[in-house]
Amino acid sequence: MSPETREIIVNGLWKQNPGIVQLLGLCPLLAISNNVVNALSLGLATTLVMAVASGSVAVVRDYIPQAARIPLFVLIIAALVTVVELLMHAYVLALYVVLGVFLPLITTNCIVLARVEAFASKRGTLHSVLDAVMMGLGLTLVLVVLGGLREVFGKGTLLSGLDLVFGPVAKDWVIQVVPDYQGLLLAILPPGAFIGLGLIIAARNWLEGMRARRARVDSPLGQTA
Amino acid sequence: MIEFRNRILVTASALLAFAMFGAALLSGTFQLTRPAIEQSERAAKMKLIAQVLPPDGFDNDLIRAARPLPADPLLGLRHPGEAYLAMRHGQPVAVVLEAAAPDGYSGEIRFLVGIRPDGTVAGVRVTSHHETPGLGDYIEIGKSPWVRVFDGKSLADPQPVNWKVRKDGGLFDYMAGATITPRALVKAVRRTLEYFQAHRNELLATTKEQP
Repeated sequence: MSPETREIIVNGLWKQNPGIVQLLGLCPLLAISNNVVNALSLGLATTLVMAVASGSVAVVRDYIPQAARIPLFVLIIAALVTVVELLMHAYVLALYVVLGVFLPLITTNCIVLARVEAFASKRGTLHSVLDAVMMGLGLTLVLVVLGGLREVFGKGTLLSGLDLVFGPVAKDWVIQVVPDYQGLLLAILPPGAFIGLGLIIAARNWLEGMRARRARVDSPLGQTA
Repeated sequence: MIEFRNRILVTASALLAFAMFGAALLSGTFQLTRPAIEQSERAAKMKLIAQVLPPDGFDNDLIRAARPLPADPLLGLRHPGEAYLAMRHGQPVAVVLEAAAPDGYSGEIRFLVGIRPDGTVAGVRVTSHHETPGLGDYIEIGKSPWVRVFDGKSLADPQPVNWKVRKDGGLFDYMAGATITPRALVKAVRRTLEYFQAHRNELLATTKEQP
């Protein structure tokens, strides 16, 4: 793996994670992360759109006039999102209904445009796709962790609503983490998303702080990242 | 000057080319997915309608037998809805009405009511609402069987004065923490039954009247 590839992967998943470091794309993060299945579905849909958008922009990047690049990027992203939306409407209707307005709103998710503008419009196609996928997965990861936290605290279950994706068979796959749980409404409502995200960011900062302290102890120069 | 004009031309033609390509992509996908979308929408609607119908079944095409419902205040509809007449061997077994409770805790609660020809409720299912998750959303069949309290009820049973939640002196149970939601729904179902009573003959007419 070339150092560049490695760096792209580490940036997307951790160092520049869109959900907890760049804090981009918070609208869906906060709205749809009330359970794991919703979070994962929107995360993967966003990742798919990002990969295709970054890939296609990287391919045509030499033909995009500088002055009109932002409208063109938005045009490309909007068209791709609509295609994904139509496909989901046709083949996973239940999920389409759950994700509702947040599906078309992927267009306005700044992380998609940010990666296209900052990365795909300047770099090779393969690296652009990799960057988009890693950034998307980084966002998905945060969404799923947040969705899991909110679902466990809010309803005491995990993976409820999986039948929306896989059909009625999946009704039995729901994991009842806490039996006879009364539910904590706060976790399900929007404030729960803010509090949960805050805690996740705090946890990441704490981890990074630990690492930095350890690095300082190890190196006599006191050099930190 | 000429260079400036050229740049504008290049920019404009790039925009045009991308817009045309985008439009072509969208219309292609739309054409490809349209049959699947129509089919899954139809299947989802059918599934919901079938839940509010008596279990003994029907043998007609409900979607094709749909007829317009006016935005009558008794139904609570803001826009004209639809009624579906279920028939077996040419006899009406139930009619499904779209209706809404405008006074839910946070906005409108839309639902379907299946009514047998004798005026008893075959089933009620909420199709869309904005009630508080975890509190008022037990009106959804996926969350709680509560909505089955309407099964078998009619305007004669319980008496109209008892068509209320218990807290208001009626006969309908509710769950602690959310009274406004079931209160709105009980009232709306009663009104829908009143609408049925007033329009029974047209709703159960086996032949569609020509407009």
